Amino acid sequence: MLEKIYRAQKAMDSACKVLGRQINIMEVCGTHTVSIFRNGIRATLPKQLKLLSGPGCPVCVTDQGYIDTVLELAGRSDVVIATYGDMVRVPGKGGSLETMQPGRNVRVILSSEDALQLARDNPEKTVVFVAVGFETTAPATAVAVKEAADEGVENFCILSGHKLVVPAMRALICEKNDKIDAFLCPGHVSAIIGYGAFAEIVERFGRPCVVAGFEPLQIIEGLAEICRQLSNGKAELKSVYKAVVTEEGNITARQIMGEYFEAADGYWRGLGVIEQSTLKLKEQFSRFDALKRFGITDDEPVEDTSGCRCGEVLCGLIEPPECGLFGSNCSPETPIGPCMVSSEGACAAWFKYGRMKKNGQ
Amino acid sequence: MCLAIPARIVELEGDNAVVDAMGNRWRAKTTLLPEAKLGTLVLIHAGFAISLVDEEEAQETWQLVAEINEAARGKRKVSD
Repeated sequence: MLEKIYRAQKAMDSACKVLGRQINIMEVCGTHTVSIFRNGIRATLPKQLKLLSGPGCPVCVTDQGYIDTVLELAGRSDVVIATYGDMVRVPGKGGSLETMQPGRNVRVILSSEDALQLARDNPEKTVVFVAVGFETTAPATAVAVKEAADEGVENFCILSGHKLVVPAMRALICEKNDKIDAFLCPGHVSAIIGYGAFAEIVERFGRPCVVAGFEPLQIIEGLAEICRQLSNGKAELKSVYKAVVTEEGNITARQIMGEYFEAADGYWRGLGVIEQSTLKLKEQFSRFDALKRFGITDDEPVEDTSGCRCGEVLCGLIEPPECGLFGSNCSPETPIGPCMVSSEGACAAWFKYGRMKKNGQ
Repeated sequence: MCLAIPARIVELEGDNAVVDAMGNRWRAKTTLLPEAKLGTLVLIHAGFAISLVDEEEAQETWQLVAEINEAARGKRKVSD
């Protein structure tokens, strides 16, 4: 193990020397962000190697309009909201699921299957599943819709907030932050989409894309592989997470996702509207679409007005301590922005593990 | 949110499984991983098996989880 770390450090040092400038590597996975901070990886890297925490936490990139729609639906007496725990504390207009509806119409579930079961158990209510997450989670939502359709569970519907990782990476490079040199790609999203999905980022934009797992050594080896590619001046597609990720990913999961969902333009917090970056139910399953069922129209995106700079954090343009709210008004106990609410958000990770650096101690 | 945990399938009927990780057992579906069999090690995410995983990888993750749990219980201080 020590030998591997030594070789990795050598590759990183060498890249810094060859390029002679700051190297920016973005991780696009909240679980990577947490692992990097928890294991103190940043402190072990060469000074010129900078890690940026990108839009890798689904809660963080969910826009305010979506949150407000969830809260609006939660206020209806004929509705039960089924949500993953990550979403209950995200603030919207006039509160969060946690403060607005203490235990009444809001149920925290662990799986889309639980949401469907709630619908079976409560035939007099409409169960709205708050379906957020990237490609790791979307296939599970598709399975629940399939079962609801097959069984005729008509009081079940989903509010799709599902998002696709690759279009966001493309939008980042094209519009928001061209200083990103390479991507450390998410491990479990890639278990579904396969590392082949990042080919466009490598071929069209010349940015190395390396998939890594979540153990510290995996992350260090992933960063080292990126550095080797940068030193050689040749971007490649690679996975160091060989135990789990294949080039084509999980074909069954991709198929079912494609059967029930289609890509649509959609709004991301901090990144704005990104073409073909969200998943909406196909027309033939639209009766399971909460927007259609409740006649909710997609309003103009609501911009944050609270002075929160989560958007810039998500694009890797600033680090959390550069936001005026960080650590004073906004903390994990009293979060203002979603990057502080979610335990996988960059602000929460900085708050928990990175504050020593800010104070220069 | 995209974290998946390795677990072994200890019961399987159709696509309904019971999985075990470090002695914890819970229900999961194998709908997305039809190749999963009784005794197979799989990654579970949000109640679904999404990928096969080998023994070494599973052991490493379980060990990491155990360390985090231990740290959370205050037996050992976290790195901050």
